[in-house]
Amino acid sequence: MPTVAPLDLDGHCVFAGFVSDIPHFALADGTIHRLDHGQETVTAHDGLLCAVVSQTGERLLTGGEDGRVAATGPDGKTQTLAEIGRKWISAVAAGPQDAVAFATGRTAYVRFSDGTIGEFQHPRTVEDVAFAPKGMRIGVARYNGATLHFPATQMKPQDLEWAGAHTAITFSPDGKFLVTAMQENALHGWKIADGKHMRMSGYPAKVKSLSWSAKGRWLASSGAPAAIVWPFQGKDGPMGKAPVELGTRGNTTVTCVACHPSDDFVAIGYGDGMVLAARIADQKEVLLRRPGKGAITAMMWDRAGRRIAFGSEAGDCGVVDLSG
Amino acid sequence: MSETQTPIPVTVLTGYLGSGKTTLLNRILSENHGKRYAVIVNEFGEIGIDNDLIVESDEEIYEMNNGCVCCTVRGDLIRVVEGLMRRPGRFDAIVVETTGLADPAPVAQTFFMDDDVRSKTKLDAVVALVDAKHLPLRLKDSREAEDQIAFADVVVINKTDLVSEDELAAVEATVRAINPAARIHHTSRAGLELSEVLDRHAFDLQRAVENDPHFLDAHDHEHDHDHECGPDCDHDHHHHDHHHHGHGGVSPIHDVTVQSISLRAGPLDPRKFFPWIEKTTQLDGPSILRLKGIIALDGDPDRYVVQGVHMIVEGDHQRPWRDDEARESRLVFIGRDLDAEKLKRTFEACQA
Repeated sequence: MPTVAPLDLDGHCVFAGFVSDIPHFALADGTIHRLDHGQETVTAHDGLLCAVVSQTGERLLTGGEDGRVAATGPDGKTQTLAEIGRKWISAVAAGPQDAVAFATGRTAYVRFSDGTIGEFQHPRTVEDVAFAPKGMRIGVARYNGATLHFPATQMKPQDLEWAGAHTAITFSPDGKFLVTAMQENALHGWKIADGKHMRMSGYPAKVKSLSWSAKGRWLASSGAPAAIVWPFQGKDGPMGKAPVELGTRGNTTVTCVACHPSDDFVAIGYGDGMVLAARIADQKEVLLRRPGKGAITAMMWDRAGRRIAFGSEAGDCGVVDLSG
Repeated sequence: MSETQTPIPVTVLTGYLGSGKTTLLNRILSENHGKRYAVIVNEFGEIGIDNDLIVESDEEIYEMNNGCVCCTVRGDLIRVVEGLMRRPGRFDAIVVETTGLADPAPVAQTFFMDDDVRSKTKLDAVVALVDAKHLPLRLKDSREAEDQIAFADVVVINKTDLVSEDELAAVEATVRAINPAARIHHTSRAGLELSEVLDRHAFDLQRAVENDPHFLDAHDHEHDHDHECGPDCDHDHHHHDHHHHGHGGVSPIHDVTVQSISLRAGPLDPRKFFPWIEKTTQLDGPSILRLKGIIALDGDPDRYVVQGVHMIVEGDHQRPWRDDEARESRLVFIGRDLDAEKLKRTFEACQA
């Protein structure tokens, strides 16, 4: 039976996950809490807006209302990676070789491990930024599409156009597809090789959470009464195929999804704080956590796929242990 | 639970460069009024106050699917408001300062169109600052100045010390011609009670119209008052001798392209009125900047209030009609290229 170790914090949880296998929870007030033989807390920002684990899994990268990008290790030591005036750092992404991408206003930045920072101006706001799985390449979500940059070279950026506001971005783990979430309750995808479009619509709410399953076979998404899981096994992605719906609820919406690191399982968080796990193959569900104080806003599996850290907008966080 | 959080009121501050927005913002941020405001600005610029509740944000106009003006929102506000609302205990209200040239409609629509923003905040009022000295020039060279006035719930005519009484009267007449439903204040150096611009409940159906008891009568006033006067004027010397001046048409005042159309009728048949208002706003939405009204529905003991922005219309029962009130339906449209005759005819056809 899964067991839940609750951690009641005060405030909106932006990140719940594992840094060096230690559960970490980052709140909007700028505090980072970790469960390492008791609860430890550090303050990384005055106002924290975004957080992601580095590719090595050993640092938590955060962006704040204070215009700083910081890295916090499992020892609680916080290092400032960049300071960009007074503007909010609205997105942060972890790249290869300790590179960090982040965005503020209409500019995307890439900070390399040697501390040099590349700047990429856009005519419109950079809504989100992501690294491609291979090579030093970033994708930027913006109004009317996405832009790919090669920050280590002088190569010209590549624009992928699709009318509307794109607010989140992710590459498939094999690097073949780029998917954005849009203001108008839909996903949009491009096959990078030929720019072919993929429209994934029908969501009753905005999609705020996206997660690729192991080897990128599926893309799970929030924004509906069920987790909407699109098949990406074929060469044209989900085109012409229906998504799988997992964990359908009648009275609330899926707000967060996290795919298991090796098996085709999805952890599903809901607007009422409930967390389920569901298997894609047969849609079988297991209840992991009963409803709580607020909508689930963050979830992440540990590397072994044994534990899930979760957090809510009300601050009731915790760790589910499936092996318990 | 977040669902039970009280929505945070949002005040939108529009006005041309030099109209006094920064002065007013500085007062909101520094005066001892017992409330804390988060302020979203385009540039920190002139605001000489260091306060971590001042957020700089690049104006981002996002059109949805079809490119319809009615579905256009401010993408940056969605992000910033969401961010602010993650730490709700820090402030009591939000003020959005727009750039001088901003179209207020996308700002207002953001608070209706985006589900996340709508669930946590409520639009309180759109306030337009007008530079008394330069308004005539502004109206000549731009449409935005006029849009800002047309869209406003409160118009502050500022820098009145720089104009003569005659000039001021002309400016006020112009503002009135563009927007008969707004409250108007005269100030120099944006020196008015902050309660006149904040916490107005202008979009709150229960209170909006109640706040402005004469709001639909305004077009009947003579335009040469010698005092500060809006639809809510407390003074008891209104000139109710009605100098009608071409209602429903484009104002005769030079450089004014916005028209206001005030409609009156008896009790309406709800089976006719609701399809009518729906169809009218769907078809004419792009031309309608604002609409406000109090409707007497046939057989309904309650006043029904409506208000709208472009294609968005909201309506609700407000309170029972009082015995001393005439059961009259009144509706005002502020917009451009509206067919006044057709609106009047079709509105009157909704009568029970």
